[in-house]
Amino acid sequence: MAEVLRIEHLNAWYGESHILHGVDLTVNQGEVVTLLGRNGSGRTTTLKSIMGLVGRRAGSIRVNGQETISWPTHKVAHLGIGYCPEERAIFSSLSVEENLMLPPQIGEGGMSVDEIYDMFPNLRERRKTAQGTKLSGGEQQMLAMARILRTGAHLLLLDEITEGLAPVIVQALGRIIVKLKERGFTIVLVEQNFRFAAPLADRFYVMEHGKIAETFSAPELESKTQLLHEYLGV
Amino acid sequence: MTEIFGVPTQALFGQLLIGLINGSFYALLSLGLAVIFGLLNIINFTHGAQYMMGAFAAYFLLNKLGLNYWWALVLAPLAVGATGVIVERLMLSRLYKLDHLYGLLLTFGLALIIQGAFRHEYGSAGLPYSIPEILSGGTNLGFMFLPKYRAWVIVASLAVCVGTWFVIERTKLGAYLRAATENPAMVQAFGVNVPRMITLTYGFGVALAGLAGVMAAPIYQVNPLMGADTIIVVFAVVVIGGMGSIMGAVITGFGLGVIEGLTKVFYPEASNTVIFVIMAIVLMIRPQGLFGSR
Repeated sequence: MAEVLRIEHLNAWYGESHILHGVDLTVNQGEVVTLLGRNGSGRTTTLKSIMGLVGRRAGSIRVNGQETISWPTHKVAHLGIGYCPEERAIFSSLSVEENLMLPPQIGEGGMSVDEIYDMFPNLRERRKTAQGTKLSGGEQQMLAMARILRTGAHLLLLDEITEGLAPVIVQALGRIIVKLKERGFTIVLVEQNFRFAAPLADRFYVMEHGKIAETFSAPELESKTQLLHEYLGV
Repeated sequence: MTEIFGVPTQALFGQLLIGLINGSFYALLSLGLAVIFGLLNIINFTHGAQYMMGAFAAYFLLNKLGLNYWWALVLAPLAVGATGVIVERLMLSRLYKLDHLYGLLLTFGLALIIQGAFRHEYGSAGLPYSIPEILSGGTNLGFMFLPKYRAWVIVASLAVCVGTWFVIERTKLGAYLRAATENPAMVQAFGVNVPRMITLTYGFGVALAGLAGVMAAPIYQVNPLMGADTIIVVFAVVVIGGMGSIMGAVITGFGLGVIEGLTKVFYPEASNTVIFVIMAIVLMIRPQGLFGSR
């Protein structure tokens, strides 16, 4: 499988605070890779670093073989990356439909609006809603994911997409991740809800104190239960 | 002679027209300020000086290059907008990570430098700029005399305001601008070059000031202090309309121009202060402005 993302010795800072201390990870085409870890372990900062959204970075981030560590955010996105942030970032001054249609095309083969509405039927019903932020939390999360599927992005960075959502919505999101994987998307999932991530991911990275503490693949999951209990308290 | 509320119609409609003319300039200038504040979060105190630069650019184009008013309508906003792009790239862009007060101080300082330089070179008496021939003269409507140039200014500024509103509220480019106002990092993560968009937006806002300056030149003459006199009222208009609100800037600009004109008819003593009285009342009742949301 071709390597889509390779991160080596990644360090990142917010002002004076040193957050990432030499992260190394790789993601192959078509994989779902999950970053596990407690709050503050550096998982969100890792995704933001890939997008160039942290103040200072050092090390190496290669996307499709291209070194991007010194690139501005908009240029990184054009390598075919779709980013869904933890806070969802739905724009209150835009309608649901405007939010969905906002991101520009950054690659070939994006999903059509009809395909997206088939995948997220709630959004079809609510598309004329005047303000994107008037949607429920679950609908906003779906909108945040849906809008990056239109753009032709093939590497999706999804940050805590189940946070604060009802179990029925979480299950729906799980089914959507499976469908996206079947369609060939490569997904990096930052998740605290281990039960959600466990059946979806091909490989797992466990982060602690801004570093990768452990890595294992899905078949090894059962043998790592005790270790996960220590790292995550699950 | 026909009278309304004891006032001759000629006088009433004459002042109403002056109110609409002033309102046109208030709307154009506050529109530029609103666009800049909306995206950059900077209160552009240089706006008055940039309005004056537009008038001077028209004057230079006519007297140095022989290019008439219609050329000036296109070239002067482009030239003044280009100076705005340079100011944003060289100076303002270095201040975005600091408190907004620094942007205000920088633009205030720039305004003083620009006005001082023009005043040093050209004095403060004002330079004449004649009305283009096709727009000279006027029409007697029966109840009032309507000068053609003033009618043109009202129609043209209304068209520019509506056009700008349409672009910002109804187009994809406008959606990027509105989204970047809320969360520039996220818009950039979608692949939009937000720093360039910010530069061009500032340039566009400044170009609007330059355009207002060209249109004002035949009415108020070309004077280094023309912007300083107007900008204080324009800031009051922006505060009343709501900082960053496009529609608020346009409606309030025209509305307050008319109110100011009518005050000149019915209670002239208050005509210079009426806008500031309204600002004080609005700030007490609705601090975010009539059309503002934050």
